[in-house]
Amino acid sequence: MSKNLYEKVWDAHTVAELSDGSTQLFIGAHLIHEVTSPQAFGMLEEKGLTVKYPQRTFATVDHIVPTNETEEPYSDPLAQEMIDAIRRNTRRHGITFFDTNTGMQGVVHIVGPEQGITQPGMTIVCGDSHTSTHGAFGAIAFGIGTSQVRDVLATQTMKMGKLKVRRINVNGTLAPGVTAKDVILHILKELGVNGGTGYAYEYGGEVIDNLSMEGRMTICNMSIEGGARCGYINPDETTFAYLKGRPYAPKKEAWDAAVKHWEAVASAPDADYDDVVNFDAADIAPTVTWGINPGQGIQINETIPTVSTLPEDLQSSAREALEYMDFQEGQPIEGTPIDVVFIGSCTNGRLSDLQEAAEAVKGRKVAEGVTALAVPGSQIVALEAERLGLDKIFTDAGFQWRQAGCSMCLAMNPDKLVGRQICASTSNRNFKGRQGSPTGRTILMSPVMAAAAAVTGKVSDARKVFTITG
Amino acid sequence: MALEKILRRSGKAVPVVGDDIDTDRIIPARFMKCVTFDGLGEYMFYDVRFDPDTGKKTAHNLNDERFKEASIIISGSNFGCGSSREHAPQAIAKAGFVAVIAEGYAEIFFGNSTQLGIPCVNVSHADRLKLSQAVEEDPAQEIIIDLEKMVVRYGAGEVPCAMREANRQALMSGDWDPLQELIDNADKADAVAASLNYI
Repeated sequence: MSKNLYEKVWDAHTVAELSDGSTQLFIGAHLIHEVTSPQAFGMLEEKGLTVKYPQRTFATVDHIVPTNETEEPYSDPLAQEMIDAIRRNTRRHGITFFDTNTGMQGVVHIVGPEQGITQPGMTIVCGDSHTSTHGAFGAIAFGIGTSQVRDVLATQTMKMGKLKVRRINVNGTLAPGVTAKDVILHILKELGVNGGTGYAYEYGGEVIDNLSMEGRMTICNMSIEGGARCGYINPDETTFAYLKGRPYAPKKEAWDAAVKHWEAVASAPDADYDDVVNFDAADIAPTVTWGINPGQGIQINETIPTVSTLPEDLQSSAREALEYMDFQEGQPIEGTPIDVVFIGSCTNGRLSDLQEAAEAVKGRKVAEGVTALAVPGSQIVALEAERLGLDKIFTDAGFQWRQAGCSMCLAMNPDKLVGRQICASTSNRNFKGRQGSPTGRTILMSPVMAAAAAVTGKVSDARKVFTITG
Repeated sequence: MALEKILRRSGKAVPVVGDDIDTDRIIPARFMKCVTFDGLGEYMFYDVRFDPDTGKKTAHNLNDERFKEASIIISGSNFGCGSSREHAPQAIAKAGFVAVIAEGYAEIFFGNSTQLGIPCVNVSHADRLKLSQAVEEDPAQEIIIDLEKMVVRYGAGEVPCAMREANRQALMSGDWDPLQELIDNADKADAVAASLNYI
């Protein structure tokens, strides 16, 4: 019986067993942002406590930053109050803060990997459910609530119950035009939005092995949409190549020692799992959502399901979704008119996401009446994209090129849907009202599918629109 | 400071119908632009309680006079899915709710709630419907969640409920806020840190 990565990392970070039987876990890196941390600092100060390991805490600002204004004070005084609070708190406690003037600010889950803070074998937490993103490096990374942010600030540890581990193999080779986003939307549609409750997901198999780090991050990012608190991929040469030379990555002799350690932390080939699920890449096509949770997905050439044919426990949610989206059973999803396109977020706001979309829209125009946003996930992504001329390609096509932030993934900054608008979005959640209008509608998809929606004005098969073939 | 040993929670209940009630629904993100949790109560389920076009109160149970005194939420499966925002259980607590009865919970929401002393118990689909119906018929009846016996009592009888044992123990022993225990183990934590190759 050999250990998987989750068990090895868990054991290495276990501090103690607590009175109720759960575990006190040491946290290797704590990432914080402006929305879920100010209350935690408040609680800390109320109790007269300080930050125990400020050198293992890293902050940035992402949710509330406007992507179309840089001048402060921001036009939204509440947003200004929040950025002021994190500046004050990080300064007071000696925490590294990737502020808007550092050239390193961005969505917290893009900044961590980009800086090399995220490394294999670590435990990483953040007051944000998409912390699962960092699992792409073979870290055990999960989202926590604000009281736990307080706990980690005060002790660099937290209370946690051990999860089971489900190995998810994606075997074979993806067809042209099928991306990491389609893989995770497929997994969510098959395993459901609560199928992962109580589990960590370990992704593997040929498809995962062949993905870039950016694609792996997209997959781990959405683990939480399946109910799995964390998702991870065993570290390999792709992981090491990505990390080498990054600011916080080990240097010189320390690098070689680290790689040795990282190789050892990967799951043994004969590791045990609580469950194993297999997927075949041949069954995966460009996938989009039709409903109000990320598990309500279909392939682009399929029709919206008939409620009575769904398993009974999914029916009430499906009925609610049809009513909210104003879609009909049996209606093809392809051809559904859209109003807004959003390319960005911690799911798909990295350089390769923007490259794929830019390459597709190059020389084309955004359809009339469609508002299209391309939002880099970090200032570094923005800079690299601009160096490659992607901003020009996007703006020539009629996209708006914005500054780094969470933007239209959620409604905490000026980027919002209006009324009943439908958005073709590369983000992670299609919940009711998620994108800022309480009646707004979201269709989740990959960057290249969002690009196809932008130029056609409707949900389209990117393989046809851009003639993608093997 | 010793915390309350939570052995039971009782009060009137309100059915919040639906599965996969996400944390964006419980507290829409636009109301999270705040540096404290104070005042979140009035925005709980805001977009469900108010018509987005007219701003008028909807016919939702949470607006219904019959359920005005409710302090327990009854809902479907995967309650609290989505974001890790503690603003969700905080809003529920600040709106005067003390417990949730549902068919299931998203993990982070469940943990956040325990840490705030809000028991979230699981009941079967059939029992959820039974409880909801009973409460719809007689909203004034008292619902008692008994964490010792793990049952939910209502006018006509009782149904079994479940909760992860560690969380149940934490609530019953008054250890649901772990901070002091974590602080007390500081030496052990430092020893683990010293053993890690990257600290």
